[in-house]
Amino acid sequence: MHNKSVAELSRDLESGQVSSVELTQQFLERIRQEDSKYNSFITVTENQALADAKAADEQRAAGHATPWTGVPFAHKDIFCTNGVLTTCGSRMLENFVPPYDATVTANFRKAGAVCLGKTNMDEFAMGSSTESSFFGATTNPWGLGQGSKRVPGGSSGGSAAAVAARLVPAATATDTGGSIRQPAALCGITGLKPTYGRVSRYGMIAFASSLDQGGTMARTAEDNALMLNVMAGFDPKDSTSIDREVPDYTAALNEPLKGLKIGLPKEYFSDQLSPAMEQQVRDAVKEYEKLGATVKEVSLPNAKLAIAAYYVIAPAEASANLSRFDGVRYGYRCEDPKDLMDLYTRTRAEGFGNEVKRRILVGTYALSAGYFDAYYLKAQKVRRLIQQDFINAFKDVDVLMSPTTPSPAFNQGEKTNDPVTMYLEDVFTIAINLAGIPAMSIPAGFVDGLPVGVQIIGDYFSEARLLNAAHKFQQVTDWHQREPQ
Amino acid sequence: MQWDIVIGLEIHVQLATRTKIFSGSSTAYGAEPNTQANAVDLAMPGTLPVPNEQAFRYAVMFGLAVNAEIERRSMFERKNYFYPDLPKGYQTTQLERPIVGPGFVDIDLANGETKRVRIHHAHLEEDAGKSLHEDFHGMTGVDLNRAGTPLIEVVTEPDMNNAEEAVAFAKKLHGIVTSLGICDGDMSQGSMRFDVNISLKPKGSETLGTRTETKNLNSFRFMEQAIAHEVERQMDILEDGGTIVQETRLYNGDKDESRSMRTKEEANDYRYFPCPDLLPVEIDDSFIDEARNSLPELPDAKKARFMEQYGLNDYDAGLLAGDSKLAAFFEAAAERGKDAKLASNWVQGEFSARLNAEEKSVADSPITGEQLGDLVVRIADNTISSAGAKKVFEALWTGEGESVDAIIDAKGLKQVSDTGALEAMVDEVLASMPDQVAQYQQESDPKKQKKMLGGFMGPLMKASKGQGNPKLFNEILVRKLGE
Repeated sequence: MHNKSVAELSRDLESGQVSSVELTQQFLERIRQEDSKYNSFITVTENQALADAKAADEQRAAGHATPWTGVPFAHKDIFCTNGVLTTCGSRMLENFVPPYDATVTANFRKAGAVCLGKTNMDEFAMGSSTESSFFGATTNPWGLGQGSKRVPGGSSGGSAAAVAARLVPAATATDTGGSIRQPAALCGITGLKPTYGRVSRYGMIAFASSLDQGGTMARTAEDNALMLNVMAGFDPKDSTSIDREVPDYTAALNEPLKGLKIGLPKEYFSDQLSPAMEQQVRDAVKEYEKLGATVKEVSLPNAKLAIAAYYVIAPAEASANLSRFDGVRYGYRCEDPKDLMDLYTRTRAEGFGNEVKRRILVGTYALSAGYFDAYYLKAQKVRRLIQQDFINAFKDVDVLMSPTTPSPAFNQGEKTNDPVTMYLEDVFTIAINLAGIPAMSIPAGFVDGLPVGVQIIGDYFSEARLLNAAHKFQQVTDWHQREPQ
Repeated sequence: MQWDIVIGLEIHVQLATRTKIFSGSSTAYGAEPNTQANAVDLAMPGTLPVPNEQAFRYAVMFGLAVNAEIERRSMFERKNYFYPDLPKGYQTTQLERPIVGPGFVDIDLANGETKRVRIHHAHLEEDAGKSLHEDFHGMTGVDLNRAGTPLIEVVTEPDMNNAEEAVAFAKKLHGIVTSLGICDGDMSQGSMRFDVNISLKPKGSETLGTRTETKNLNSFRFMEQAIAHEVERQMDILEDGGTIVQETRLYNGDKDESRSMRTKEEANDYRYFPCPDLLPVEIDDSFIDEARNSLPELPDAKKARFMEQYGLNDYDAGLLAGDSKLAAFFEAAAERGKDAKLASNWVQGEFSARLNAEEKSVADSPITGEQLGDLVVRIADNTISSAGAKKVFEALWTGEGESVDAIIDAKGLKQVSDTGALEAMVDEVLASMPDQVAQYQQESDPKKQKKMLGGFMGPLMKASKGQGNPKLFNEILVRKLGE
């Protein structure tokens, strides 16, 4: 049962082969048995899940089912859940129980899905390894069989590990610079970061508002499509969400790929990439050629500037977004503050971890008088150039393909003391967030027994196209079905 | 040494929208602390701002009323600083592209001249909450009901040269925003708050001196006092050969004292940057046209009409038209009373004096414009004397009677205008004052004669128990003494 996809579970529920309560019990039991190895959940909402499953069974019996009614899944602990602890991986929110739902959370509730709990993540989504969580690191299910403790990637490492370990068939995630695609690649699952504005950010705890985007993680492209059907859409509570029709993302999954024009950005096939990694990506592209696609090399001349620009813009926005965590109204507060300054400084010194503090400092510096033009304004100009690179590329091709990461999952602790090396994990994903376009990572083979992902990048609002390309690939490959031992 | 005074103003105007600028919470004043603060106002994690269209409409109306350009694509920035009553740790405001561009307002001065004060810009922003330092035993209470109330901050050029001009501008602006209905104008509740920038320079000099900013003045009187105080302080320093420190100062109106709040060196680096949660706001022609069509009569137009329609002089018309509520009160009194000049005198005299004495606004007045109009009718038709009218006004104010006529009857204030009865009284009084009568008749200077008439009026009013019509008494006296 735990190897089944959302689509399969939905069919089983519909046929009456299994009830939501039974499914929920089985997955909860798996989490209880297995998750001590991975630490992929911060909170498991057992009672709530069983109550929701019961209600879902009643809905289905009454003939009011959606494809999601009664299907178990999990939320990244960055999405606010009414009445349920929402920590964002931080001591700052160790005891924070929001009195409201994120729009994404509310949408899954409305669809009848059964949330089993909240998954682990890098603190405030700042990281690429899920090691900066206040609630301990998450371990990648891959690599354990070879006796190594590998990172699952981050920041959505809890969701990725939980899906890879078959603790849930699907989980929500967020992506600011690669936080869906990189962990999806490192855990051998399928993940989608939609176009900026496609999914509401309301109730999704902000890291960098102009880059953050909620998205999907599951093992198959089809399940990603089913998730996006629930998540996408305009939200009056988010002024940056876009009022544009939401297609049925499952409708075009099986469209033939004949004539699909694939671009390979030459800057993404540089010496940063090991020959073994490159081979996997080239092999995947060959599969696409067999499916009727044509391939050409393209250029993203400003791609090399993406990390530098990102590490000005994202920390700048974060430095303001995280000011609200001041110990005054909610969340962590230091013991016995002696005055206001003491309250602020100790609350934030004790409540935030090192990576969060580092980014607040960098962002504050970049916005300071005398530095603003040289850093923030220049980074915004670079951002527009990068955006223009993609717009130009999509005049010639339908999608771009690249490796998702420079290497497979690394060992825990390997990069924690070297932030710059850690930041390079996102070298192929980060420009996509700066441009605001959608991209996926799909499993495309193994290097040293560890999964490798291929990134498929599309033009604005081309999610259906990306899912179609991913789905067709998964019809002729089985990388996404491999189970970690 | 002679000095030129240079004054510029920054005025925070709370907009009278029903809900906040970025959330659906009520903006009503005076509720229990924190009952009008929702998840967005509390800056709960993940919450986002949604702009209130009405705030933009009001800002555009203001821009049109002060002859300003409207920015078609205005943007919001974040102004970063930590304070307990600022829940997000930044204020959402406008820096680079404020919604209202350069404009101007003309003010009337006591010497009859008109002066133009230029407006640099006006921007939309959110108000902060309130920190309550009393009643918490060494701690601070935070009330976030006000947090997120929409404001426009109006910034003038340094075009004013004394307290009179600054106060005239402030009052004019008050008149404009209350006429527009975009602000309730209640300064005691902080609906309008003034920051005054002041500098001095040697008379005739082209170079501006170092300025100070005196913050958060919430009445015209405090503003006038604060300017006088700050001008004197700066002048003392400069005349002693000292230099002015660029700083922000706080003025205590009750003690007429000021103190430094922070100097330029201590000022925050606010690290402004465009707010990524809000897209640029596009304002099109139809939105502006709609706002223009909804503009009510503004103080300048109203003043002109009052002069034309009611025959008021420049000063009276300007004073009444400058306050939309007082103007409406006057118009009701004038329409009912049929004598606009008399109505104007009563509105500006007895009525305004009484409001001031009791620190009431026109809205709190216990009497209506129509009631004052009824009183004007009875003064004009000689039913009551001016002394009687004051008694009727008093009774109306304290709610003693139903109507003007009922009060006149109940208090017996109707003047005796029966000439037969009045003549008999005059005869009697003259008979009792033969010496004065003789003196009057021997006097050849008509001016002195006129003065002497007053000597008979006292006894006459006494004889009529105060109810004789003084005008008629006067006529009869002159006739009889001349016989």
